[in-house]
Amino acid sequence: MINASLTELSHALARKDVSSLELTQFFLDRALRLNPSLNAFITLDPDASLAQARAADALIAKGQVQPLTGIPVALKDIFCAKAWLTTCGSRILSNFVAPYDAHVVEKLRTAGAVNLGKTNMDEFAMGSSSETSHFGPVKNPWDLGTVPGGSSGGSAAAVAARLTPVALGTDTGGSIRQPAAFCGISGLKPTYGVVSRFGMIAFASSLDQGGPMGKSAADLALLLNAIAGFDTRDSTSLERENEDYTRDLERPIAGTCIGMPKEYFSGGVAADVARAVEAAIAELTRLGCKVVEVSLPRSRLAVPAYYVLAPAEASSNLARFDGVRYGFRAPEYGDLKEMYMKTRTQAFGAEVKRRILIGTYVLSHGYYDAYYLQAQKVRRLIAQDFANAFEQCDVIIGPTSPTTAFKLGANTSDPVQMYLNDIYTIPAPLAGIPGLSIPCGFGAGNLPVGLQIMGNYFQEARLLNVAHQYQRVTDWHTQMPPETGGPT
Amino acid sequence: MKWEIVIGLETHAQLSTVSKMFSGASTAFGAAPNTQASAVDIALPGVLPVANKGAVERAIRFGIAVGGHISERSIFARKNYFYPDLPKGYQISQYESPIVTGGTISFHGGDVEKTVRLTRAHLEEDAGKSLHEDFHGMSGIDLNRAGTPLLEIVTEPDMRSAAEAVAYAKTLHALVRWIDICDGNMQEGSFRCDANVSVRLQGSDKLGTRCEIKNLNSFRFLERAIEFEVRRQIELLEDGGRVVQETRLYDPDRDETRSMRSKEDAQDYRYFPDPDLLPLEVTPAWVEQVRHALPELPAAKRERFQRELGLTAYDAALLTASREMAVYFDEVVGALPGHQKLIANWIMGELSGRLNKEGRDIERSPISAIALAGLLRRIADNTLSGKMAKDVFDALWEGGTDADRIIQDRGLKQISDTGEIEKIVDAIVAANPAQVAEYRAGKEKAFNFFVGQAMKATKGKANPAQVNEMLRRKLSV
Repeated sequence: MINASLTELSHALARKDVSSLELTQFFLDRALRLNPSLNAFITLDPDASLAQARAADALIAKGQVQPLTGIPVALKDIFCAKAWLTTCGSRILSNFVAPYDAHVVEKLRTAGAVNLGKTNMDEFAMGSSSETSHFGPVKNPWDLGTVPGGSSGGSAAAVAARLTPVALGTDTGGSIRQPAAFCGISGLKPTYGVVSRFGMIAFASSLDQGGPMGKSAADLALLLNAIAGFDTRDSTSLERENEDYTRDLERPIAGTCIGMPKEYFSGGVAADVARAVEAAIAELTRLGCKVVEVSLPRSRLAVPAYYVLAPAEASSNLARFDGVRYGFRAPEYGDLKEMYMKTRTQAFGAEVKRRILIGTYVLSHGYYDAYYLQAQKVRRLIAQDFANAFEQCDVIIGPTSPTTAFKLGANTSDPVQMYLNDIYTIPAPLAGIPGLSIPCGFGAGNLPVGLQIMGNYFQEARLLNVAHQYQRVTDWHTQMPPETGGPT
Repeated sequence: MKWEIVIGLETHAQLSTVSKMFSGASTAFGAAPNTQASAVDIALPGVLPVANKGAVERAIRFGIAVGGHISERSIFARKNYFYPDLPKGYQISQYESPIVTGGTISFHGGDVEKTVRLTRAHLEEDAGKSLHEDFHGMSGIDLNRAGTPLLEIVTEPDMRSAAEAVAYAKTLHALVRWIDICDGNMQEGSFRCDANVSVRLQGSDKLGTRCEIKNLNSFRFLERAIEFEVRRQIELLEDGGRVVQETRLYDPDRDETRSMRSKEDAQDYRYFPDPDLLPLEVTPAWVEQVRHALPELPAAKRERFQRELGLTAYDAALLTASREMAVYFDEVVGALPGHQKLIANWIMGELSGRLNKEGRDIERSPISAIALAGLLRRIADNTLSGKMAKDVFDALWEGGTDADRIIQDRGLKQISDTGEIEKIVDAIVAANPAQVAEYRAGKEKAFNFFVGQAMKATKGKANPAQVNEMLRRKLSV
């Protein structure tokens, strides 16, 4: 059960080999047992989860079975789920119980899935290590002394440690793909607009995108089927035909043209990561893929552009957290201004404050053109780079992150070093294209290495196809970390 | 020294949509606090704005009506500042790319036609309300108004007096009601003005330093505030001082403006395009569709009233003061063609007078256009004298529906039969030889005596013109 795919779990439920109640209890037990060491969940509410499991069992008994009916799904604590504490990893929302469901949460409910709990994350998704959470850092199950990546580190660690079969994450500059890489799991950031942002607490609205995290590409496809789709409540949601993201999984990939961006293989990438990624590309060529070198010359500008645009949007998005209507309010203050200042000073962590300051600065009168507008221009150039590259290849493949998981605390005093972790993941959201990360081996210290596959707009099915074909002939994705406590 | 006054206005017109600019909550006025604030209006975490198509359509209607340019692509931007009644910490507005640019508003100032150029009109959402009383040292926040759609209409500094500013505001007020985009209710804040006022020496082509007076929600306040502000600035300059650019508030109780914040305190709003909203696209086809659905505009109506119906500019302007008035007039003319002058006089005279007295708008007139036409028809064909017509008018006002019915029931038919009038006149002349002699001796006043007698004999029903003519003829013999 611990390593079963969604398809296997779904069949077992439909055959009544196992009930949703048993399945949910099984993963809850693991989560309750292992969470004290991993800190992957902010909220576990067994009563609420089990009630949903019972409801799912009732549906199954009536024969009303959809692919996710009865399957536990963990939610990054950035998604509002009705009657669930929804903190976004921040003190300012440490008491906020969401009165409504995010679009994706609503879709999962409709699909009969079970909310297993709310996973830990960098505060407001700002971070690459899940260390900035108000609820303490998440640990990487492969080595409790290292970080799981971020910001969806709780979801990644929970899937890696088999505390949940699948989870939802969000990706703004790599927050699904980089923790997936660090934790040895699979994670997909869809094309911007494929998954509704309604009910997903905003960090940087023009970049944020929810997506599936799981053990395998096949699981990602099933979960994406459940959460993707147009939503009138999100103006940036795309109105298009629903897709079956599993449709191309089994298609042979012979003849697929892989672009290797030369900028992703020079300089910054660690030797162990490069070795594993190159071996994976060799494996793909054995499956019949062709490889061409492509260039993304402006990708070196991605990190600076991102650290103008994302903080700019964040500085405005986070203005609503003012202590007036909900959430934390400083206990003592003299007047309105002091209430604002004390509330936000006490309730936001250092990284969030840093980004609010950067964002406020770049939008200020006299600086807007030099920073914000300039960064927008760079953003268009980066999208143009991808457009050029996709004229020569079907998918772009490279490392997800320049290194494997780093030690807890290693980068907390050097924000720029921390930001550079996302050097390979930031370009895709700036362009709005989809990207996924799958495990492709292990580096020094037996830490997982992630392989990033990016595609043109709406090429999710193709990315999943390539990833699934790779996973058919490799077993990196089935390997479990030592801290899983072993099968029970 | 001779000073020239320079005024520009910014008007916030609340758009008459059922729901808010970016949420589905109701915009109805007067509900219990915070009962019309949805998750989006409260700015809960994770919620997103969706632009209200009805509000966009109203902005298009306005753009067409003022002859402005309607942008095919305009951008919603965030205006960032902290205030408790601004739930998101920013207001969604339009900044660099508004939906409407240019256009004009024209009106008559005395005999000259004045045209004020519009800079732009843009869509935005209103903030909530802070209530500073009754909360024991704390403030209450009511978010019912938060998110209400507004069209902010900005002029060039084209007005040269408080009277002109008021005339502009009144014309604009009539227009937004005419094209049905705003209810114009100033007491409820549906139509409010900010005035930018400066003065300069006559002949100078450089603008003086301006002050902005905020939130003037009546035409009277607009006029008084500008007048006070102009006096203040002129006095300041004549005493050798200088005007400081600032935002001022008008206090109607003390009839003065006072400083609210100076330019140095002005906030940096850090405008940037709202990433939650796509650029607002308005296709030429949509604009055409809206254009076709628009009613005849006041300027066109005025022009038609003068050209086709031969009304004076003054009459045409009065009859197009509101769309309801113009529609009423058109309806009466339709029922009684060829008598537009008579119709105009009655609508502007008796009917308007009575409506004003009772504080009613013409759309709530107890006398329908058809009923009025019925009355005026009987004046036109001499059935009724002016005096009788007023009686019939009163009867219609009190609930009568048909003038002919009232005339018949009350026996009000005017006597226009020449033979009958001649008989009466002959009898009166024969019975009053002394007065006849006086008249014939040149005492013109005696004539009135005969008219009075004739009217008395017919209980006022004799056609006065015929009585006059007949008397002159008989008495001069």
